[in-house]
Amino acid sequence: MGDSLLDLIVQNVTQGRASQDDEGLEEGWEGQPGVTELVQKALDAGVTAEDIINKGLTAGMVIVGEKFESKEYYIPDMLAAAEAVGAAMQILEPHLAKSGMKAKGKVLMATVKGDLHDIGKNIVSILLRGAGYTVKDLGNDVDTRSIVDAVREERPQFLGLSALLTSTMVQMGEVINELRETGLRDSIKVIVGGAPVSEEFARSIGADGYGADGFAAVRLVESLGPSQQ
Amino acid sequence: MPREGVLVQSPYKRLSTEQVRQIHDASVQLLRDPGLMCYNRRAAEIFHSNGAEVSSITPSDSPCWHVRIPEKMVSQALESAPKTVKLGARNKDNTLILNGDEPRVFFVSGSETNIWLDVDIETYAKKSDPGTEILVPEFRPRRGTLMDLCDSAHVCEHLETLDAYIRTVNIQDKDITPDNKDVNKFFASLNNTTKHFMAGLTTLSQLDNVVNMAKLIVGGEQELKDNPIISFITCLVKSPLQFVDDTTETLIEICLRGLPTVVSSSPQAGSTAPMKEDGIMAQINAEVLAGITLSQLVNPGTPVIYGSVPVRARLDTLGDSYGAPETSQFNVDCVQLARFYRLPCYATSGVCDAKTPGMQCSVERLFSDILVTLSGPQYLHCAYGLLDGNSTFCLLQAVLDDAHFEMLKFFLRPPRIDQSEIEKTLKQIREVVATPQKLYIRYIRPMMRSGQLSAPYPFEGDGERDAAILLAYNRMKELLQKPVEHLDEATTARIFNEIPGILPRLNVYA
Ligand code: B12
Repeated sequence: MGDSLLDLIVQNVTQGRASQDDEGLEEGWEGQPGVTELVQKALDAGVTAEDIINKGLTAGMVIVGEKFESKEYYIPDMLAAAEAVGAAMQILEPHLAKSGMKAKGKVLMATVKGDLHDIGKNIVSILLRGAGYTVKDLGNDVDTRSIVDAVREERPQFLGLSALLTSTMVQMGEVINELRETGLRDSIKVIVGGAPVSEEFARSIGADGYGADGFAAVRLVESLGPSQQ
Repeated sequence: MPREGVLVQSPYKRLSTEQVRQIHDASVQLLRDPGLMCYNRRAAEIFHSNGAEVSSITPSDSPCWHVRIPEKMVSQALESAPKTVKLGARNKDNTLILNGDEPRVFFVSGSETNIWLDVDIETYAKKSDPGTEILVPEFRPRRGTLMDLCDSAHVCEHLETLDAYIRTVNIQDKDITPDNKDVNKFFASLNNTTKHFMAGLTTLSQLDNVVNMAKLIVGGEQELKDNPIISFITCLVKSPLQFVDDTTETLIEICLRGLPTVVSSSPQAGSTAPMKEDGIMAQINAEVLAGITLSQLVNPGTPVIYGSVPVRARLDTLGDSYGAPETSQFNVDCVQLARFYRLPCYATSGVCDAKTPGMQCSVERLFSDILVTLSGPQYLHCAYGLLDGNSTFCLLQAVLDDAHFEMLKFFLRPPRIDQSEIEKTLKQIREVVATPQKLYIRYIRPMMRSGQLSAPYPFEGDGERDAAILLAYNRMKELLQKPVEHLDEATTARIFNEIPGILPRLNVYA
């Protein structure tokens, strides 16, 4: 029972189906349970969150990653799979502690003050969730104070800042300064991105890393590892 | 299953119905007054015996008659000319059905250029930084040869959008003579493409050799009637309004054999036709109607295609300017006239004034290719690879052209808007709007895989540099490596046995 459910989860991740209403890549999936329904069923059947993550979600994402590398899958496929995994992770979160599994980490995402561009930030959020991170998205046009407050309250391991305007990217530096001043800077890794942002700019404002796209963002977070707290 | 071509849903019109009528009436008047000078005795006799007013013009260097064609004769010809013309092919899946009532466009190569443009990719070191090398395409014009014609047929066989093959390059090898040119031209082409083959005839005495070759390929006379794998282009009227002797004779003979032929005229606005649109239109239309009338008097019901190659004169050289917007205007007008007569139309686009592939060439050919295609001619001589007016053929350019016809064909796909899908799409919009990220990206997937999305430009470079020419060059090399279906050994042997004059180097089995 558990195994066949895990198989179905793998298949549905590769099909990019978060719920039963979603269409898959191939015909004939609509109406059948998607990843979120299957995860709930698995939990009900007593499968551990650890197994669901490792043998279901992650196993599915590994296949998706391979298909993407071999050019069989495109970015939309990757994104749909990540969305499905992200939705499943939300269900699994309360069960992680129970199963004694350590969560991968929490990322706080925001587009900075004065900037309404959020497509890139949303893609980064979806892919991070798909990689198993808990993402709290503060939205766009978020002022420095709100970001710092959220860091204090949420205690995330990572803060991801996005800016698409040369006039708003300076806000990222302000956020970092404010974190420093409030003594929160060392508790968190700050990563930045957006079209006008560069590696050099990231360094100049004292960020921990820069990612050119969503995949780079995931790699970056993985390489920075769990922050020391 | 014949080829699909591309159906233009609502063809672009330049002339109002009223203006089409006006041109038609003007052409009918021209056919009576001044009528045509006819340098071909048989044509004069045919017109005369069918009741046209024909008088001998003397004194004249060569025999010449003055032919005035009455309106009734024209309208009868327009009635007997078939509204649908079938162009067969060695591979029956490459058959074309040209229906005068249906704006379904087929894309075709051509014409017969003297120059073949070779492309070499040279490597240069940067002067300011000799360690940096750059690749530069270099173009070398030379006289076209028989083997070039084989190569071009070979590549055209593999160009997806190309529906039929009109010979591209004039074969000028030392051992090609007026007496063996046609058989070599036809054999080289037919042996390297399974698509329909169309060409002009150089020497009338070669007509039967060429027709017999086609019969050997398809298996007999009736088979060739059913599947006319070859057809002809006859430009029997020289502008303004003169039936030339030799091509008129050729047209008569082709019509007697019932093989399809384009009856075309190529006046140049400014020199051999008035520069004004009404003038060149009235004249070219009269010229084509005169040819079609003759064809139907010779053999009522013989398949003909309304052929138009109108062009504007350049003012600096008085050469043809195919790149000029007027040339496209004239072509679109002709498409409308042919549609008015419900005859399949051969129109021209894509010829450019530029001498090499590049920026000017792309601008000029895309401009006319898009506009003339949108008017919906059945048989578009869109001149894959043609440069410098009609003077140069470049195989690499033909490969580049295939890519833009792909885009054009995609653009002409019918809109996908219907009630059942709208419901589904509204559901999608409502769903996405309710999510925090508000992105539709996942919904791309079914479209992506069902071929509903256009492919990226195939010759896009991955760096900062434009790599179109380099990439098309590689593609051309690839296509030349790809095998083509030659005629089988037995047929080849019979052709070499029975048809005189084909050069031994064309025998792939020797
Ligand atoms: C879409 C768009 C908009 C949309 C935004 C819709 C939305 N929901 O986001 C709208 C129409 C609202 C908009 C408005 C404006 N825009 Co605008 N916009 C763009 C555009 C065309 C694309 C941006 C985009 O979404 N790209 C696609 C995503 C996937 O890419 P991305 O954002 O770069 O994100 C990727 C990476 O950068 C990275 N990344 C992004 N964030 C992060 C974060 C982290 C932590 C990491 C690691 C990585 C990462 O990963 C992402 C995924 O791969 C850009 C042009 C461009 N070349 O970027 C202009 C552009 C950014 N806009 C511009 C301008 C000027 C404006 C306006 C001021 C126009 C106006 N006069 O009103 C307003 C500004 C509004 C405001 N206050 O913010 C300019 C900015 C110039 C400048 N000075 O910097 C640009 C560059 C266009 C231009 N050349 O003029 N815009």
